[in-house]
Amino acid sequence: MPLLELRGVAARYGSLQALHGIDLSVGEGEIVAVLGANGAGKTTTLRAISGTVRATGSIVFAGERLARRPEAVARAGIAHVPEGRGTFTQLSVDENLRLGAHVRRDRAAVKADHDRVLERFPGLADRRGQAAGTLSGGEQQQLALARALMQQPRLLLLDEPSLGLAPRVVADFFRVVGELNEQEGLSVLVVEQNANLALASSSRAYVLEVGRIAVAGTSSELRRHASVRRSYLGY
Amino acid sequence: MSRLRIAAGVVVAAATVALVLVLPHWLSDAKAAEFARAGCFFIAILGLNLLTGYTGQISLGHGALMAVGAYTTAILTADHGFRDLWTVPLAGLVAMGAGFVLGLPARRLSGLYLALVTFAFAVAMPALLKRFSGLTGGSQGINLFDKALNRSTGALGSVHVFGATVATNDFLFYLTWGIGFALAGAAWLLVRGRVGRAFRAMRDSEVAAASAGINTAFYKTLAFAISGFYAGVGGSLFVLVSNWFVSPTTFSFDKSLLLVVGAVVGGLGSLAGMALGALFIQFVPDWAANVSHAPGAPSVFFGAAIVLVMILLPSGLGGLLRKLTEPLTRRLYTRSE
Amino acid sequence: MAPVLAADWAGVAQQVVAGLSSGGTYATLAVALVLIYRATGVVNFAQGELAMFSTFVAWTLTQHGLSYWPAFALTVAASLAGGIVLERTVIRPVERASVLTIAIVTIGLFFVVNGAAFWIWSPEVKSMPSAFSTQPIRIAGVAFSISDLGIIGVSLLAVLVLWLFFRFTKLGLAMRAAAQNPESSRLAGIRVSWTIALGWGLATALGAIAGLLAAPPLGSFDQNFMQPILLYAFAGAVLGGIDSALGAVVGSLALGVFLNLLGTYVSWVGTDLRQAAALAVILVVLLVRPSGLFGSAVVRRV
Repeated sequence: MPLLELRGVAARYGSLQALHGIDLSVGEGEIVAVLGANGAGKTTTLRAISGTVRATGSIVFAGERLARRPEAVARAGIAHVPEGRGTFTQLSVDENLRLGAHVRRDRAAVKADHDRVLERFPGLADRRGQAAGTLSGGEQQQLALARALMQQPRLLLLDEPSLGLAPRVVADFFRVVGELNEQEGLSVLVVEQNANLALASSSRAYVLEVGRIAVAGTSSELRRHASVRRSYLGY
Repeated sequence: MSRLRIAAGVVVAAATVALVLVLPHWLSDAKAAEFARAGCFFIAILGLNLLTGYTGQISLGHGALMAVGAYTTAILTADHGFRDLWTVPLAGLVAMGAGFVLGLPARRLSGLYLALVTFAFAVAMPALLKRFSGLTGGSQGINLFDKALNRSTGALGSVHVFGATVATNDFLFYLTWGIGFALAGAAWLLVRGRVGRAFRAMRDSEVAAASAGINTAFYKTLAFAISGFYAGVGGSLFVLVSNWFVSPTTFSFDKSLLLVVGAVVGGLGSLAGMALGALFIQFVPDWAANVSHAPGAPSVFFGAAIVLVMILLPSGLGGLLRKLTEPLTRRLYTRSE
Repeated sequence: MAPVLAADWAGVAQQVVAGLSSGGTYATLAVALVLIYRATGVVNFAQGELAMFSTFVAWTLTQHGLSYWPAFALTVAASLAGGIVLERTVIRPVERASVLTIAIVTIGLFFVVNGAAFWIWSPEVKSMPSAFSTQPIRIAGVAFSISDLGIIGVSLLAVLVLWLFFRFTKLGLAMRAAAQNPESSRLAGIRVSWTIALGWGLATALGAIAGLLAAPPLGSFDQNFMQPILLYAFAGAVLGGIDSALGAVVGSLALGVFLNLLGTYVSWVGTDLRQAAALAVILVVLLVRPSGLFGSAVVRRV
């Protein structure tokens, strides 16, 4: 049974229908990518899952219907790193990390994770006391990921992590995500415009077009798929 | 706009005009006077609506601008023998100037800070009026009854106008609401034109408006000036229709607050709502005072009325009106909470 | 200005302390204003009246046999709860509406609370037993009022406790986060709506403290006694920077001293003009440096 399953999920902004009833799933321990052009509905998909946007249809997580409010979704074990990273810019790096663990009650384990996360991201450790808004784009991206990890989620939702970042920084980021997936079994649903990168990092992918799933399959299949190549991979 | 909507709009407008024409017949003399006062508030709130509803600037000082208009009329009529009605547009112009001055800080400030500046202006006005007693009669104010010789509005009993004889208070009712509708029409035209579009662009995003080439500083001050004109006319008429007396306490900070309450309860952005808001601030306090005579009770009921209306109708009475007369439109962004 | 600085340093010191004492009450109320402003973007027009109401509740308790400090403790606790309940019933329905709408609701609240106070307690003036001993205390040879020193102490303590709460507790951090970035806070699992309610509770409790400290020195007070204090709290907050709690405290203390010295040494300044002076401070600050001493930049160059 997949960890996350969407069936017939639709969402609307005012009179604009952003999602027309999509089916999507993420298995335990998988990295799944969602590709598509601007406005295709990728971000809306993640928002529907985290409850930031009202959506109809069935969303089942770990075998149970997922509550439709962000606070409850966080408690259920899903961490959503939104577009633009959603950093608390006026708070320090440490405070950002503490907030990531807000839903947890095991104080000693939280402290241990705090230290572990700073080991994994030494750049952040150097800047623990600094206001998060003073960090570079790449560092803020790391902080967003670190904050999400502090939540100890089972599923990570990443919205356009490459946005506004230099290629090497992005590659680094995806490497870390891959490590987390391998070492700790973290499941990931990543939305990306950078199709090459997304397909290289994931095992399965969906292509969204105007609110509908146009193509779905394993990442290697999609890489060979003619129309995907033409529209999204550039060759 | 579809033909149906235009037709519906015309019918509603015609019905409203007819209602206003006929209403005084059903009202007692005293009530007509109260409606006339509401008409003055209507005019002042129209101006505030242009300022806050269309350019998003908050003013807690419009009572003071009404005072400027009121005193202009009082001084010109009592001390200089002007015919009372002719001082109305003059009062508007003087208040327009005051509004312009008030609008100067607005170029740099917004939101709470602007509200505080206008608040200081409103609280300072009565003190200023007392200070310059040579011109304003100080704390005693100006009493027009003794001094005004050239008057159309102060007659007790009835007025002769256009060959007909009308009860004074009915005349005042028609005067204020007539001017009110005319000014509402002017506001409507303004809002639909280039100026209105600039206003709305600034309300939605000042940065975007500026980068589209809109001279935001100019339009901000213009909005203050125009709303000052309206407030001045309202204040001027207020003196003429209420007691023929004005003093520094006639337009204390309370009035400024009341005007804002009227504008928001009426429903910012809705011209029809402004009329409802004016009626609200004129009649609800009276109603509240009649419900119970215990000390403090009227305040409780008035305040409760304000809170209830805002909770039930966050877009004000005008918002309700809009919902009833137009097809439902969905909110732009849905939230899951 | 009269040549004042001849030799009466002791007098000046006493007036400064007295000014700090009034400033302390302004500061407590100002922090309450800043709290709600930062959490919701709204200025609570009814803050002063709520403080007044709490003070009257405490007065009633003292009339029934409680001495000052037990009444103080009970009232502050009740105000905390009351503020939360108030937010849940009256503010929550309009949480998503425009800031202006919420402001109008607080105006309505102003009328309701003020009227209710007149309705429940008669309009005749009341007086509150003193919080501190009325004996003077000598420091470095100068006589100071224990009451003044006590008020300064309690108000600063209240603000300090609040600061510690926000800085070091999980809930305090969550509240700060929710005020700055509600969207991200929700994603982190914070119930933003409840943090706003708690913010109102804390603000109402602070207001109660301000009212309870301000009432005894007045001798006699009536239901309108908090209105000038609200004005001074605004002036203090504007002077210090209305989005900064530290600014609100420093600004209010400075204002208290300034007004007191003004009132003492400039002979034609009566109570009316104290309020005018506060208004003038507001105007000057807004025209010259709107962000105040400690606030973040306000003037937008477009």
